[in-house]
Amino acid sequence: MLLIRCPYCEEERPELEFRNAGEAHIARPTDIAAISDDDFEKFFFIRQNPKGIIYERWRHLHGCARFFNAVRDTVSDKFVMTYKAGEPKPSKLPGVSK
Amino acid sequence: MSGAFRISNAGRLTPARTARFTFDGKAYTGVEGDTLASALLANGVHLVGRSFKYHRPRGFLSAGAEEPNALVEIARDSARKTPNVRATVQELYDGLSAKSQNRWPSLSFDVGAVNDVASPFFSAGFYYKTFMWPKSAWKNLYEPNIRSAAGLGVAPDQPDPDHYSSRFAHCDVLVLGGGAAGLAAALAAAETGVRVIIADEQAEFGGALRFESGARIEGQGGWAWAQGIVAQLKAMGNVRVLSRTTAFGYYAQNFVGLVERVSEHLADPGHDVPRERLWQVRAKRVVLATGAIERHMVFADNDRPGVMLASAARTYLNHYGVAVGRNVGVYTANDSAYGAAIDLKKAGVNVAAIVDLRDNPSGTLIDQARAAGIEIHDGRAVTRVGGKLRVSSMTVQPKNGGGERTIAIDALLMSAGWTPSVHLFSQSRGKVAFNEDKRFVPGTYAQDCVSVGACNGTDGLAASMDEAYAAGTKAAKEAGGKATKVSKPKVDADEIWSRGMLGSAPGAGPDTTVKAFVDFQNDVTAKDIRQAVREGMRSIEHVKRFTTNGMATDQGKTSNMHGLAIAADMLSKPIPEVGLTTFRAPYTPVTFGAIISHARGPLFDPTRRTPMHGWAEKHGAVFEDVGQWKRAWYFPRAGEDMHAAVNRECVTVRKTAGLFDASTLGKIEVVGPDAAKFMELLYTNPWEKLEAGRCRYGIMLREDGFIYDDGVVGRLAADRFHVTTTTGGAARVMNHMEDYLQTEFPHLNVWLTSISEQWAVIAVQGPKSRDIIAPLVEGIDMSDEAMPHMSVREGKICGVPTRLFRMSFTGDRGFEVNVPADYGQAVWEALWAEGQKHGAAAYGTEAMHVLRAEKGYIIVGQDTDGTVTPNDAGLDWAVGKKKADFVGIRGLTRLDLVAKGRKQLVGLRTKDPRVVLEEGAQVVDNPNQPIPMKMIGHVTSSYWSENCGRSIALALIAGGRDRAGETLYVPMPDKVIEVEVTGMVFFDEKGERLNG
Ligand SMILES: [Zn+2]
Repeated sequence: MLLIRCPYCEEERPELEFRNAGEAHIARPTDIAAISDDDFEKFFFIRQNPKGIIYERWRHLHGCARFFNAVRDTVSDKFVMTYKAGEPKPSKLPGVSK
Repeated sequence: MSGAFRISNAGRLTPARTARFTFDGKAYTGVEGDTLASALLANGVHLVGRSFKYHRPRGFLSAGAEEPNALVEIARDSARKTPNVRATVQELYDGLSAKSQNRWPSLSFDVGAVNDVASPFFSAGFYYKTFMWPKSAWKNLYEPNIRSAAGLGVAPDQPDPDHYSSRFAHCDVLVLGGGAAGLAAALAAAETGVRVIIADEQAEFGGALRFESGARIEGQGGWAWAQGIVAQLKAMGNVRVLSRTTAFGYYAQNFVGLVERVSEHLADPGHDVPRERLWQVRAKRVVLATGAIERHMVFADNDRPGVMLASAARTYLNHYGVAVGRNVGVYTANDSAYGAAIDLKKAGVNVAAIVDLRDNPSGTLIDQARAAGIEIHDGRAVTRVGGKLRVSSMTVQPKNGGGERTIAIDALLMSAGWTPSVHLFSQSRGKVAFNEDKRFVPGTYAQDCVSVGACNGTDGLAASMDEAYAAGTKAAKEAGGKATKVSKPKVDADEIWSRGMLGSAPGAGPDTTVKAFVDFQNDVTAKDIRQAVREGMRSIEHVKRFTTNGMATDQGKTSNMHGLAIAADMLSKPIPEVGLTTFRAPYTPVTFGAIISHARGPLFDPTRRTPMHGWAEKHGAVFEDVGQWKRAWYFPRAGEDMHAAVNRECVTVRKTAGLFDASTLGKIEVVGPDAAKFMELLYTNPWEKLEAGRCRYGIMLREDGFIYDDGVVGRLAADRFHVTTTTGGAARVMNHMEDYLQTEFPHLNVWLTSISEQWAVIAVQGPKSRDIIAPLVEGIDMSDEAMPHMSVREGKICGVPTRLFRMSFTGDRGFEVNVPADYGQAVWEALWAEGQKHGAAAYGTEAMHVLRAEKGYIIVGQDTDGTVTPNDAGLDWAVGKKKADFVGIRGLTRLDLVAKGRKQLVGLRTKDPRVVLEEGAQVVDNPNQPIPMKMIGHVTSSYWSENCGRSIALALIAGGRDRAGETLYVPMPDKVIEVEVTGMVFFDEKGERLNG
């Protein structure tokens, strides 16, 4: 069972308290009713599913109930960092080369 | 007397404290503190089981958890039967009853032993090759027979009556293994004040000090020192000492699973103590002090009862006071077996000879053995043994060939060296390294742990304890401990064992056909491993699967390294290139009981009951499970079956009135200055212009345009909405709303609160509903003018606050009375009393379903399936056409969602009104087409409607609304049912009854 740091509670809590909520940094278009089929496809259906670093959303469901973002390595299953919803995608990751 | 082989003045048990037990029905006496193995050996019993495949007689190989052979069934009563218990770890208690396994009719005469003679047919990979044809025979003929003939114990056939417990624990330093190294590490860490947990699988701490008679620490014997340290640790407030506790799994971020055997060793545990306790420990640092496991020698017939590990014989003597024979031989490739020979000799056992594969071995132990008068045959091998059910002789030959000599013995102690126990390290995802001593030791660490002592490849007591003490101090410091005074234990006398050998011994090489066992539990011989390589297996992972080497319940604790070395030799490759298999949890078998703990029966999943549950129970309700909820399904009266009860309930609701417990509905309060804006975005409907005090039926979509949930929403005030959801959707709708509010629309000033369990809901439906409620209500004008259909008022009922909704899920005049949950039953009872004056009935979920279907009201999740749009469901009117945005707005315009021919919800009337369709039944337009027919839809809801006097059904049909009046067909196994496509409303099409 992983330990996940909630950026709102500012502490590590067991995985049982959290729920994954899919890939992060996919903003809902403000003019969504007007976007093209291609843009809707990219927004709604297309996901990265990378081997390695993934940016994803989690919810501290059985805690503060906040959604936040996390960077996780899908190979080692290790969390690199977590940050609050709405904060920019981090450009530098601690302990990750390149 | 507790056995003829018990040696007086040897061992640490108290002979006077006897314990009686039976094995295969025969009564024996042992001593408290014995294992079943030591007690049997004390009585001269070596034959304890039959092997997995060849049914060969087997005895005890070891004195510990690595035991592959001595598996027995322990039965406390008819329900408490545990198969495959290792006799070497099962502690003896008075009255213990054990049975041997895998033999018929008896242990000494086993019919299955014919497999041993027929063994050419059972060589490596035989399961894959022999039973391939015909394919169908595998399931019906081969597998059942193989399973019954080749197998271990029999699984119990009754529910487990024992109970188990489970605990989470946190600590700074977790020490796994309570031998000399583990104790030193725990002591070092504990002295800094950090929280320490130390666990060991044995009943007592001390590890190898149990048999290592040469060890002296701090001026006392090693064992005595260990007991003193344990007492010291137990007395410290910051230390938890867990004996009989096996760390079986090492998971991410230093999360370790341990199982504590709480009462398995007690004669009468009683019902208050659990059988086992699961510990889930999160540690800042882990110290692995898991020791090493002695390897056997791989030579012909090395599985004969009486042939065992030297350390085991030494343990039986030095700890249990049991001699494993009266005239023993020793076969070794390292020094440690000499210690066993010397101790046995001192205890009065004749040591016939030590056969040492090495040329001119030298060292203190060898000198001591010589001085004790033990004959040493160096440079020689034991090429085979005599005896059938027990070893009777060993045949000794120079290792490079030459004259044989047979020596009579009644036990043979062997040692090929020691394998570091890197199981937990490997489970932690650490990478092992093959070192210059030809051992796999911890290499690269993946987690915050450290290995010390024998499991780290460190030889000798003094070196191990130095390393462990330093590691314990360091781990404690890293976990936040304070530096403290040093009280490192001093080792006065030590035993250092040299390396030994890997692979098969002379006489069991590639040029032979003998059965030299590598894996005892799965009956894998050196020959099998070579055959696997000959048949093309190159990686040890393939060799393992082809031969099943190391795949038994002991996970190859004694066999892995030998198997690897033999494969590497055949492949002419260095061992690391052939690779070591990955160790996986559990380290030793774990019971299902310990894993599931209390989560069984009624505690498997929470049961949710509404505030009125007790009333429904008292009034004979039959309940159905709806998710975790218990819902009243129908209320049968005397003599009524379900059908009769539901018919009566449905008729009564439309004739007078009915009371229905709707408390399970999901309820969410949406509050704040932007509440209406938020509702506009989350639902397809317009909300801004809905007046306070009015209600609206809302539809919620996912972004893809499909219906996600629905429910009636009441606007209590400009900034306050009382939202209802489906029973099953309550939690996910809340999550869906929170997700959008927190991440997409955080600019909206809105607060969401789940109020599902705060309000009990009593639906009162039917022409008399107002007459029933009105006398109990204060402060609400319930006239049609003041409170029209689809409105909500706040006031009091029976003196308690209510949110009174005028709404209908039956099509008749109706209300839903919301009251604080604690008043639910009292208000229900008051309404019931009023209802009785009008002849009202209580109705359950089945009648609710029928009544709503009569009106064509859908149930999300039954009439929709996640691919249904509002238009498909005939609910286009509920989508705000002028809205610029709502979740799902873009999805609704996707090509597929606006295409012609989509499945649409319609009504179906069977041509024969008495026939009720099956829900889920497929619909076709031409019943005479060839199979597979083209299915154009399916029935989503179907009931007998007593109010309509016929069956009614809803169905999703391709282009359904354009097919009104068409005849379609529902093919069933025995007949084809003709149906007519109709509208969705079967009763009161004009909707006049809402105000009736
Ligand atoms: Zn939190």
